Amino acid sequence: MRFTLNGKSRTVNAHPMKRLLDVLRGECGLTGTKEGCGEGECGACTVLLDGVAVDSCLVPLAHVAGKKVITIEGAAATRTGKALQNAFVEQGGAQCGICTPGMILAAAPLTSHASFDEIRTALAGNLCRCTGYPAIFRSVQSALKASKRAR
Amino acid sequence: MSALTLERPRSLKAALASLAADPSLMPIAGCTDVYVGLHFGTTPERRFLDLWGLKELRGIGVDGDALRIGALSTYTEIIQSTLVQQRVPMLVAASREVGGAQIQNRGTLGGNVANASPAGDTLPVLAAAGARIVLRSQSGTRTVPFDGFYTSYRNSIRTPDELVVAIEIPRLQGRQWWRKVGTRRAQAISKIMMAAVRGTDVRIGIGSVGPTVITATQAAAVLSGGGSIADAKAALLSEIRPIDDVRSTGEYRATVAANLLEQFWRET
Amino acid sequence: MRRKDGDAKVTGAAKYIDDLTFPGMLYGATVRSSIPRGTITARHISLPDGYTVADHRDIPGPNYVALIDPDQPCLAVDEIRHVAEPLLLVAHADKDALLHLDTRISIETRNGTPTYDPEASDVCFKKIAIDKGDLDAGFKAADVIVDGEYRTAHQEQLYIETNGVIAVPGDGRMTVYGSMQCPYYVHRALVVLLALPPDKVRVVQTETGGGFGGKEEYPSILACHAAILARKAGRPVKMIYDRVEDLLATTKRHPSIVRHRTGLTRDGRLTAMDIDVIMDGGAYATLSAVVLSRGVIHAAGPYRCDHIRIRGRAMMTHTPPNGAFRGFGAPQTLFAIEAHIDRIAEQLQIDPVRLREQNALRPGDTTATGQQLGRDASALAVLRDAVKRSRFHQKRKAWAGTNRGIGLSLFLHGSGFTGGGEVKLASKASLELTPRGARILVASTEIGQGTRTMHAQIVADALGLPYDAIDVHEADTAFVPDSGPTVASRTCMIVGKLLERCARDMRRRLGTLTPAQYYKKHGAFTVTSQYEPPPGLQWSDETYAGDAYGSYAWGCNVVELEVDPVTFDVTPLNVTAVAEIGKAIHPMMAIGQIEGGTAQGIGYALTEEVVMKDGRMANAQLTNYIIPTPLDAAPMDVGLLERPYAHGPFGAKGVGEMPIDGPAPAVINALRHCGFDIRSIPATPERLMRARLHHGFSKAGT
Repeated sequence: MRFTLNGKSRTVNAHPMKRLLDVLRGECGLTGTKEGCGEGECGACTVLLDGVAVDSCLVPLAHVAGKKVITIEGAAATRTGKALQNAFVEQGGAQCGICTPGMILAAAPLTSHASFDEIRTALAGNLCRCTGYPAIFRSVQSALKASKRAR
Repeated sequence: MSALTLERPRSLKAALASLAADPSLMPIAGCTDVYVGLHFGTTPERRFLDLWGLKELRGIGVDGDALRIGALSTYTEIIQSTLVQQRVPMLVAASREVGGAQIQNRGTLGGNVANASPAGDTLPVLAAAGARIVLRSQSGTRTVPFDGFYTSYRNSIRTPDELVVAIEIPRLQGRQWWRKVGTRRAQAISKIMMAAVRGTDVRIGIGSVGPTVITATQAAAVLSGGGSIADAKAALLSEIRPIDDVRSTGEYRATVAANLLEQFWRET
Repeated sequence: MRRKDGDAKVTGAAKYIDDLTFPGMLYGATVRSSIPRGTITARHISLPDGYTVADHRDIPGPNYVALIDPDQPCLAVDEIRHVAEPLLLVAHADKDALLHLDTRISIETRNGTPTYDPEASDVCFKKIAIDKGDLDAGFKAADVIVDGEYRTAHQEQLYIETNGVIAVPGDGRMTVYGSMQCPYYVHRALVVLLALPPDKVRVVQTETGGGFGGKEEYPSILACHAAILARKAGRPVKMIYDRVEDLLATTKRHPSIVRHRTGLTRDGRLTAMDIDVIMDGGAYATLSAVVLSRGVIHAAGPYRCDHIRIRGRAMMTHTPPNGAFRGFGAPQTLFAIEAHIDRIAEQLQIDPVRLREQNALRPGDTTATGQQLGRDASALAVLRDAVKRSRFHQKRKAWAGTNRGIGLSLFLHGSGFTGGGEVKLASKASLELTPRGARILVASTEIGQGTRTMHAQIVADALGLPYDAIDVHEADTAFVPDSGPTVASRTCMIVGKLLERCARDMRRRLGTLTPAQYYKKHGAFTVTSQYEPPPGLQWSDETYAGDAYGSYAWGCNVVELEVDPVTFDVTPLNVTAVAEIGKAIHPMMAIGQIEGGTAQGIGYALTEEVVMKDGRMANAQLTNYIIPTPLDAAPMDVGLLERPYAHGPFGAKGVGEMPIDGPAPAVINALRHCGFDIRSIPATPERLMRARLHHGFSKAGT
C-alpha cells in the first residue's frame, strides 16, 4: 500500500483493514498520533486525510492508498500548523498533551477568518479533560490571528 | 486481523457481482460504525466489501422532481450541498449534529440507512420527508418507500445481495423542523430526535423511541385533521415504544417526545 | 514562561507509555472476575505454548498492594469482592493473541450476595469524629433548625490517556515505566510485593496524559501485575488498558451521603452544625480513610460556628474500589453544605449572599477542627468579588420565575496532606548545580498541570537565574528523592517551598560566582531540603483537632444557566470562578487549572453519570460516559486573588484541586433559583424532569 505521509511517499505492507492509527504508530513509527478510545469519540487520533480531519482509529489502511496523510509530526508544514503548535504552548492549550496532536490537526483546516462558533464546531469531535476548553479556544484564535498576520 | 478479508471492487457492477456470489459479505464505506463494532468485538462479520471507492454511489443531484443523494454522500457533503440546503434543510441540520467533524467527513447517508440503528441521526428526517430508498442488485433496481423499510430492530427489507445506492427525497411542501436531544451537544448518541414537515399534510419521524425509527402517522393525522395538540400527543405516545437504557429512561423519552411535538407545532 | 514540556507535546515528540517498546517485549492482559462477590472454586486454563500465565502463587512477597491497609490482594486467591477483581495474568508476544481469552480460560465461582448500599454494609474502613464546642448548647441557642440529606454519585477521572505501564526485569532488579502521579507509591508497592530491596526497584514516570487522582494509587496494582508477568517471563511486559477496561476496573470518586442538621438564629447566624458523612469505599480500603478525612474536615464549609459535630464513615461495598479524584472527599461534602446553605437561605428568606457573608470564616476565626485562621482567610473577599463580577443580584432579581437561574457556592480547600500527613511524608527535594544553572530533582510528576515549569520558575527566581537555565530531571526513582506524591495541591506549596529553600542554599554557596564559574572551579554539588512543619502547627489524629492544613485556598463560583423547558437540558451560560491562592506562580497555568477543574465540576453536576448495574459500570464507553465536548464548554470568567501565605513559595498556596469543589453546588443552587429542588447529583435531564417544580417558570429568560 502506497501513500504520501507528511509529504513523503511511503509504502506499507500491512493488512488493508488494519486501522490507520496502528499503521502510523506501528509500521511508520510515528507515535504522535494517540489512541484515547478506539471508537471515534475522543478525536485524539485525528489526522488529515487529503486535508480533511478524520479519526485514524476508524480508517482502514485501504482507504489511504494514493492519498496524502498528515500527522502531528508533519503538521508544521501545513498552512496553519506551526502557528497552532506555537499557540498551544503559549496560550495554555496543551496541558497533559495527550489530546493536543488531535486538537491541532482538527483545527488545521480552519481558515484564518474562522468565527468562534466555527472553531468550536471544528473541535467538537475532540475531547480534552484538562483545560475545560477555553485555553484551547484561545490557542486556536491566537494561531489563526498569527497566521493571518504572517500572510 | 488476519482472519478478516476485504474485497475492493472497482465498479458498482463488480461490487454487485461479489455480493451476488457471496451475500454474507458485509458492505462497508465510511467505516464509522463498523470499526467501532470491530474494536468492541460486536461485529461478528469477518468478510467485508469496500464500497468507499465507488464513484457511482457519490453525488447529489436532482432526478425529476426528487432530490437524489448518492449513498456514499458524507454528512459533510450534505451540509455543504446548496441543493440539500435549499430543499431539505432539516437533513442539513441533522447532519450537523452527527458526531463531530471527523465523523461527518467519513460517515455516509447510505451507511446510516443500511446500518439500521433506531438512533441513526438522519433517519427521522428521511421518515418525515417520505424518502425512497434505491436498492440495487445484480438482478436490477428497486425503489422502496422509507416507511416500511425497517422490519424490526436492525433489520430491513434489503436483501443480502442488494446495496443501498441512493436516497431520493421528493420535493417537500411546508416548513421543516428538526431537533435532536442527545446526551451532549456533540459526539452524542441521541436519546430522542424528531423531524417533521408541516405543509398541507403533516409528516413526523421520530428516532430512539422504539426498535426502529418511527413514522408517527397517527399523531400527524390528528394535526393534519385540525385536532388538538393534546390529542396529537396522546396519539404519539401510543405510537412509540421508548425504553430505559444507559443513556436515558423510557419515561423521559415519552415526556420529551410529547414536548417536542408541541414545540414543533408551536414553532412552525 | 514557555512551559518546559510544551514543544514536545505539540510536535508529537513527547513519549507516553504506549509510545515505548523494548526488545523482546510481551503484552500483558488481566483476567478478571465477572461477578461482584463470590469464591473461586476452580480455574481451567487451556492455552497453547507461547503464553505466560501468572496467578497469586507467582508473587514472591506478600500478596497485597501496599498503600495504607494491606487488604487489597494483587491477584485474588479465592475471594472475589468486585466485578473487576484481577484473578490471572496472561502475556504473549502478539497483542492479538490476548483477545478472546475467555474462550480459553474459565473460572468457576460460587456466588455470594453483594452489598451496594454503603449504609447497609457491615464493613467499615474508617470512622472519624470531629467535635467542637457543645452541640446541645448550639441547638438550644437556635431559633430555627434545618435538616437536609445530599447525595453524590461516582465520577470517573477520564484522563484521555488510559492507564499503562511497562515492566522490565533484569538481574534481580525490576524497572517499571508508566503513566502515573506517584512514582514512590509504585516503588513501595513493588518493593513489598516482589520482596526486593528498595535499590533493586526503579520506577520511571513517562509523559502522563492526565491523572486527576486516577493515577494516584491505581498504577501501583497495574505495575505489580506487569512486574509479576515480567518476572515470570523474564522479558519486558507492556500492559495498557483499553478504554473499556480502564472504565470498568479503575477507581472512581467516592459516592457520598451527607446529612445536615443545622441550628440558626432567626437572623441567620449559625449556632450548631451536626453533620453525618458516609462515603462508599468500594471493595477495598485503598485511600478511603484519607478521602474521608479530607471530606469531614471540609464538611462544615467555609463557615464560623462554635458548636459542630461531624461524624464520618467510609464503608465497603462490592464495586471496584473508589479512590482519589481531584478534590479528594471535599467536593462531596462541600456540595452538601453549599446546597444546604441555599435551602437555609430559602427557608429563612435571607439573601444567599448575605447568609454567607454573615457566617463566612474571617481571619482569627476557628474552623471545625479548631484551627485558627490567619490573615489569608479570604472567604469574604472571594465572595464579594464573584458577586460583583457576575452582577449576581441584578440577575437573581431579573431571572426570578424564568427558566434562567443563577446560583453560587463558597468554599475552601486545604493545601497539602491533611493533619500530620506532611510530617509523616517528610518529603525531600534536591537541586543540582549544572554548568549553565541548576537541575531540579524531585519525584513530583508533570501530569499536565505544569509542575516542571512552575518548579523551574520558583528555582530561577530564588537563584536569580534565567528560567531557561533551570532543567528538570524526569521523575525517576533512581535519581530523584522521594518528594511525596503529586496530589493534594501540595506540589507547589510544599515541594515548591522545598525547592525554594534548596535554591536559596545554593545561592549562598555560589557566593558571587555564576554557576558556570563555580562549576569550573569546584565542580557540581547538590543541595537537598526536607520538609519541616511551619512553626506552631499542631494536629492530633486522636481527637481530630488542630491545624488540619498549613493553609487554605478560597473560592467562590457563580453559575448562570438556562433550563430547556422542552428537554430539561441545562445550558451553563456563564461560570464565574474567583480563587484566592496566595500567589499565582504562573498565572496562565493557574487559570488553566481553574478552568479545567471547573469544567470537571460542571460535568460532575450535570452529565457525568457512572451507571452501575449489578456492581458493574454499565456505560463503560466514551460515548456513554458524558464529559463536556467543546460545544458543551461553559464560558468562564476567572478571577485570581492573592494573599500570600508565609510558608508557601513566594506566598503560593494550592490551586489544583479547589476548582472542582464549587461548581456542583453552584449549579444546583442555580437550578433551585429556577424552581428545581435537587439534592443529589448528577442532575441529569431525566432527574430534573422528575424533580418537583415548586414554581414552574412562566416566562422565558432574557
